[in-house]
Amino acid sequence: MAGFDKVIESPAAALDGLQDGMTLIAGGFGLCGIPENLIAEIKRRGTRDLTIVSNNCGVDDFGLGILLQDRQVKKMVSSYVGENKLFEEQLLDGTLELELTPQGTLAEKMRAGGAGIPAFYTATGYGTLVGEGKDVRQFNGRNYILEESITGDFALVKAWKADRYGNLIFRHTAQNFNPPAATAGRITVAEVEILVEPGDLDPAQIHTPGIYIDRLIQGTFEKRIEQRTTRTAA
Amino acid sequence: MALSREQLAQRVARELRDGYYVNLGIGIPTLVANYIPAGMQVMLQSENGLLGMGPFPTEDEVDADLINAGKQTVTAVTGASIFSSAESFAMIRGGHIDLTVLGAFEVDVQGNIASYMIPGKLIKGMGGAMDLVAGAENIIVTMTHASRSGESKLLPQCTLPLTGAACIKRVVTDLAYLEIADGKFWLKERAPGVEVAEIAHQTAGELVVPKTVPEMQL
Repeated sequence: MAGFDKVIESPAAALDGLQDGMTLIAGGFGLCGIPENLIAEIKRRGTRDLTIVSNNCGVDDFGLGILLQDRQVKKMVSSYVGENKLFEEQLLDGTLELELTPQGTLAEKMRAGGAGIPAFYTATGYGTLVGEGKDVRQFNGRNYILEESITGDFALVKAWKADRYGNLIFRHTAQNFNPPAATAGRITVAEVEILVEPGDLDPAQIHTPGIYIDRLIQGTFEKRIEQRTTRTAA
Repeated sequence: MALSREQLAQRVARELRDGYYVNLGIGIPTLVANYIPAGMQVMLQSENGLLGMGPFPTEDEVDADLINAGKQTVTAVTGASIFSSAESFAMIRGGHIDLTVLGAFEVDVQGNIASYMIPGKLIKGMGGAMDLVAGAENIIVTMTHASRSGESKLLPQCTLPLTGAACIKRVVTDLAYLEIADGKFWLKERAPGVEVAEIAHQTAGELVVPKTVPEMQL
């Protein structure tokens, strides 16, 4: 590897430095646009006591859910965790901590964290459990709560296409949390379906510039569908 | 007769206007998409990052990378745009969505809404609902007037953890269309064939009933 070439040959090498107790930020919405290969590698390594910031926690046997099987997760910061039995079990027996965070606040915590903004005021959650204990300020007669931003030891994202410099393009709604997540990692690792050479992508069409990406791997993807819903062709 | 889920959606659809960007929540709100009047253009926003959500795909069109906020496979209409979650909630929190429709467990006379959590029962999370109710000016809550066990969902004060405080002004139930102002529910329309007395009986929060209550047009 030289210069701006971010490509790493294996998922194992891409997670070099990952240790017990670290905070990870993961892109994805449900099972859409999740870093499948890196999640599998975390399971293989057996890293424990992880705090994972991700909108959801996968399902029992796929996505981040597989990290619950060996109790590798200490705490989740998520907006919605409804699809996961193992999750509910561990939450009820007290071995897993959950910080429910409104979806927009979660995205903004990542975005602001990656942009060097340590906290921000938002109306979301004022007057609810989410706002309890948080600083309240009025602007133009409306109440806002202070939310602290998030950065992670690692951020793990999934993109469709990348060049070797780590410039990323996402496909359809597999974009979701991946761009803000990519900005908020001390080390950001991207896994992609298609790897091309610098110059092959239109610079104006890049979703995430390579400056945010430290390591890049090409993966293989199952892309499991959570709710396959169809209509009959007319 | 109380409205069916489809009729509820039809009543809500009468609040749509040409050129609206609309976010529809899960459940009855989703059905509103089936009743967009012919000739009217409405763009549906799905908070996972899609503006211009289309119908469910045919078997051939299914794409794992194209889903809605309910994690269902969908399509995108001509003229749609796709973006990140941060961008999506900038739209929502910045007040750019013209109409938000969502369901609820409870609504009260102060405009508080509880829709995401029943303590001790299910742990799921608020998803984007807290952002939607805090960010939108124009919100319609749609739900049944009473729970399955017959308890009113229009209360003097919500009993469940709130999704948002003092943010709801309009409610469409299977019995009535009501507005919330000055710490009261104001009865505006009744479902076809439903007596005002029944609505009053099923409304636990203070209800203002005008001399004449028109029947809902669907």
